[in-house]
Amino acid sequence: MFRYVLRRLLGAIPTLFLIVTGAFFLIRVAPGGPFDRERTLEPTVMANLNRVFHLDEPLWQQYFYYLGNLARGDLGPSFVYRDFSVGQLLASGLPVSMTLGGLALLLALVVGGILGCIAALRQNTGIDYAVIATATFGITVPNFVVAPLLALVFGVWLSWLPAGGWNDGNPANLVLPVIALALPQIAVVARLIRGSMIEALRSDHVRTARAYGLPTWMIVIIHALRAACLPAVSYIGPAAAGLLTGSIIIEQIFGLPGIGRYFVTGALNRDYTLVMGTVIIIAIFVVLFNLLVDVLYALLDPRVRYD
Amino acid sequence: MTQPRSPLFELDDIHVSFATPDGPVEAVRGVSMQIARGETVAVVGESGSGKSQAMMAAMGLLAGNGQVTGAARFNGDNLIGQSKRALDRIRGAKITMIFQEPMTSLDPLYTIERQIAEPLMVHGGLSRRKARARALDLLELVRIPNAKARLGAYPHELSGGQRQRVMIAMALANDPDLLIADEPTTALDVTIQAEILGLLADLQTRLGMAILFITHDLGIVQALADRVYVMRHGVVVEHGPTDRIFAAPETAYTTMLLDSEPTGRKAPVAPEAETVMDARGVTVTFTTPAGFLSRPSAPIHAVRAVNLSLRRGETLGVVGESGSGKSTLGRAVLQLLPSEGRVSFLGTSISGLDRSAMRPYRKSLQMVFQDPYGSLSPRMTVGEIITEGLLVHAPELSAKDRDARARAALQEVDLDPAVRNRFPHEFSGGQRQRIAIARALVLHPTLIVLDEPTSALDRSVQKQIVTLLRDLQIRHAMSYIFISHDLAVVRALADHVMVMRDGTVVEAGSTAQIFDDPTSNYTRRLMRAAFDLSTVLSEQSVART
Amino acid sequence: MTDMPPLSAAALPDSSSRSLWATALLRLRRNRAAMGSIVVLILLSLAGIFGPMLSPHDYARVYPAFVKVPASVEAYPRAADILPAAEQVLTRARLTPDTIRLDGTVLTVTASASRPIDPRVTRYLDRSDLFSNARVTATAPDDLSVTMQADVARYYFFAGTDANGRDLLARILISIRISLMIGALATTVALIVGVAYGATAGYLGGRIDSLMMRLVDILYSLPFIFFVILLVVFFGRNIVLMFIAVGMVEWLDMARIVRGQTISLRRREFVQAADALGVGAGGILRRHIIPNTLGPVIVYMTLLIPKVILLESFLSFLGLGVQEPLSSLGVLISEGAKDMRGAPYMLLYPSIALTLLLFALNFLGDGLRDALDPKDR
Repeated sequence: MFRYVLRRLLGAIPTLFLIVTGAFFLIRVAPGGPFDRERTLEPTVMANLNRVFHLDEPLWQQYFYYLGNLARGDLGPSFVYRDFSVGQLLASGLPVSMTLGGLALLLALVVGGILGCIAALRQNTGIDYAVIATATFGITVPNFVVAPLLALVFGVWLSWLPAGGWNDGNPANLVLPVIALALPQIAVVARLIRGSMIEALRSDHVRTARAYGLPTWMIVIIHALRAACLPAVSYIGPAAAGLLTGSIIIEQIFGLPGIGRYFVTGALNRDYTLVMGTVIIIAIFVVLFNLLVDVLYALLDPRVRYD
Repeated sequence: MTQPRSPLFELDDIHVSFATPDGPVEAVRGVSMQIARGETVAVVGESGSGKSQAMMAAMGLLAGNGQVTGAARFNGDNLIGQSKRALDRIRGAKITMIFQEPMTSLDPLYTIERQIAEPLMVHGGLSRRKARARALDLLELVRIPNAKARLGAYPHELSGGQRQRVMIAMALANDPDLLIADEPTTALDVTIQAEILGLLADLQTRLGMAILFITHDLGIVQALADRVYVMRHGVVVEHGPTDRIFAAPETAYTTMLLDSEPTGRKAPVAPEAETVMDARGVTVTFTTPAGFLSRPSAPIHAVRAVNLSLRRGETLGVVGESGSGKSTLGRAVLQLLPSEGRVSFLGTSISGLDRSAMRPYRKSLQMVFQDPYGSLSPRMTVGEIITEGLLVHAPELSAKDRDARARAALQEVDLDPAVRNRFPHEFSGGQRQRIAIARALVLHPTLIVLDEPTSALDRSVQKQIVTLLRDLQIRHAMSYIFISHDLAVVRALADHVMVMRDGTVVEAGSTAQIFDDPTSNYTRRLMRAAFDLSTVLSEQSVART
Repeated sequence: MTDMPPLSAAALPDSSSRSLWATALLRLRRNRAAMGSIVVLILLSLAGIFGPMLSPHDYARVYPAFVKVPASVEAYPRAADILPAAEQVLTRARLTPDTIRLDGTVLTVTASASRPIDPRVTRYLDRSDLFSNARVTATAPDDLSVTMQADVARYYFFAGTDANGRDLLARILISIRISLMIGALATTVALIVGVAYGATAGYLGGRIDSLMMRLVDILYSLPFIFFVILLVVFFGRNIVLMFIAVGMVEWLDMARIVRGQTISLRRREFVQAADALGVGAGGILRRHIIPNTLGPVIVYMTLLIPKVILLESFLSFLGLGVQEPLSSLGVLISEGAKDMRGAPYMLLYPSIALTLLLFALNFLGDGLRDALDPKDR
């Protein structure tokens, strides 16, 4: 398995390279520059800035310059947050985003899984319909609607929880953002698990387990749930991507200093290096999650071989 | 054999109904039967007779929309209406079951050791270590080769026959009093079937449990069962000792069932009939398509250097077990698969012709497929399906002419021409197969390749299709290549028979010669497993003791 | 050969013949949620198409006097605001108001003064923002009292106004139009690209197929949404660009679905049967493959529209979507979220509109899937 993981990681390098190259030229080809917004700089200052950041050199030279720095692990200085390097910004933002995303993913899998199982075991009852309706609601209502509403109701009207801010990761500050971020994923996971669980419960090998008088918990957990988990495991990859996208919104609404916010402000301000840094981090995450999914899948399903 | 006084297991007026969107459907309507300790009883019926559902209901295994009334008594205790907990003291311990599909009936995600051990631990209270040792004993009991190494195997790593042996090992784990076997060998080849049935019979004499066979195969019944219940449309139409039922059936339905093995032989064709198809050295090699970066895997030789020759009005039966390459051969001679070798049709070579070059010949070379549910396009009407070939080969026909041809073809296959505007999903399996035959007939072909056309059908329907095919052949002087694993059907239809195994021809000759005096060991084994199951089983048990 | 309840009797089916489509339609009609969704969608589409034309307010018109007025079925300005204002005007004109009455959009004032009243006193009324077309209708013979009438412009803001004083209802209506348009256009782009790509890959098979699908896999693993954001940020907020970008992200699933369908159909016996009949590639595609991929494609399309609308609102929420003065539901929700303490209705109504739209589309998609593939449930 180690060789498989290693091979996959090596195989991801071309993908990452493609992403870096694509993003680099996409940003640079676009009109505008990082210093356009500053109140009409004097031409000499402008030229100086451009020289400091190598913006006066030909594009391909800048590209190789960037790649060279990247190979040494240097993401360069931020154009807009002038006192910080991109590495520093990401190092401060990443823990926030990862805490948020990790908790949301956990919540989504646990709550979604439990809801899905309950609905499947009580198929076509009131509980089942309630879960389906809630899930449809969760998928339908975008989190940029849910998040402000949550903040409005629990933060402003009821004043139970802080309506925003990071506050050094104080748990009370995390509750609303994590729920808002996890809600759509909970819905998807619940629907997925319900569907595959129903199918698993109807399968021939579960009939065998019942015919052999195995206790209910064994039938449900050992024989049905493991098979039913497989689609949910394959969903972890897309879910992680969904959490990344979701966090852009959530971080903005709740005013959290994560990397999602850096991405948007970076893009809006033409902060080339910051945008590149976020794109690279995100791409690495997506690659890692896809790998994680495949490894988990192979662990759960003996029919899958590492090849 | 007299009726036992206190039966081990007894069904009393079992009714099963299913709630469907179109209202409740009664699958079982008042079934009663008894099994004594150590007895072997068979429940026989065609698909839809309710034979499996009655047992599932008794065991509390009905689908969610199923409802059961009546009583199912095991040693006098009624199982129906019992709590799951009470039921579970009997299921898997006193009564065990094996099912038709050993692949899906075993959990694909766990080793066979674990699956055999689970009922042992649950019912026998064995420790994991003891259960493991017992699982090994059981695998040896069901004669899985190299049992110790096989303990850690997953179901997909075993062959179909081995998987069914694992199921049997599971069933025997807690020394049950009754084993219910629901079509245990239907998914297996005949030679494997004989081995599995032999194993079951042998285990029964050694361990003394009662066995209840649910089957559609009268050969199994005759070879194994002490008594028989015949079911139809959810009721038992007749029951009694096997010998009596086979010798003197009391109801017309049982008579029909016993009689439904295709009978009659094909009349030989005149010796001067022209040769329609001649194929030399047909070879088909599959390579798994290479991926983007992966190398193609080792080639598989599905068919190796097969010769065949067929005259007008003749039928060639191609026989073999699954994986023998018989279907591939049928497609290869019609140039539906890339193949090597030389194939000529009415003296013209057609080997290697591409799609468009082949088109003029397609009119005369037709094919009928196995699955009557899959071979008709679900979104076309029967009329459109039948006349599709005319669009290609007789584009000059008007819509009215095509319609007339469709009506004629439907009449030929004994279907009401009024069904032209219906869709395939509205028909039963036998009717669909008639439609598929009509689709071939409408072009007035010279040769039809029939690929297992009767395998998905009940025996009684099979017989009708066989009769139909024979009549049509005489009426239109067509030649058939009839591909089947079902020897009885081949015997009733073929002039010549070719026995295939692993892509090569084991033996070929006239039907009488192959069936009455086979020369190769393999053919002999095949024939005996199919036609003389009782002898095979008794020989197996003699050989073992 | 397991036993099945005898659903299909051996006898010939009765004379009424139903195609799979007709059966699906019948099943769909029984699904109340789906039928309700169709009604809601029709209403929303009508609102999106004709709403902006029929609305009394233009979505871009600014009413500086009515910034962030809450939603109400009462007309603005309210009677309670008009009467004191009129009184104030009269006081400024050194008149003593006797009666002030408001009948709809007409204000009738009777006032008196100690000195004779100049008819030009109406100017005082006209000078106010609230009143126009003031006129004297009756004057007492002694000129000491006068009855004047003036028109009051009264507006209905059923959904309130936004931070610039624009009618929220008109803006929601135009947003529904934009959302539906982007949904339809982007889905069409995704459909065309996805079906063409998937069908080609599936039909050609072999090395070309694996190459084409490898590309899809790579694209799948890209954080595509980020590229869309970059694209929109750097190349301007252009509606056409928006839906092309969204469509380009969403075609991947469609391509996979269509390819999978095509491959499994090619293996089906009825396609082999057509092959054996000598039917050409075109005939097979036209009569056998396309009609059978249609079901899943339609279902996926119905579910794709809400996804696209969601994506567009997401971009708009970030301020990357359509440009002022045009609006989209995402923009409105974002504006509402900024001011949810002061004007919660600004968040509420656009959210309700978007939720309703997405709900209806999702329910319809689910209903279609159940109708076309009943074993899914």
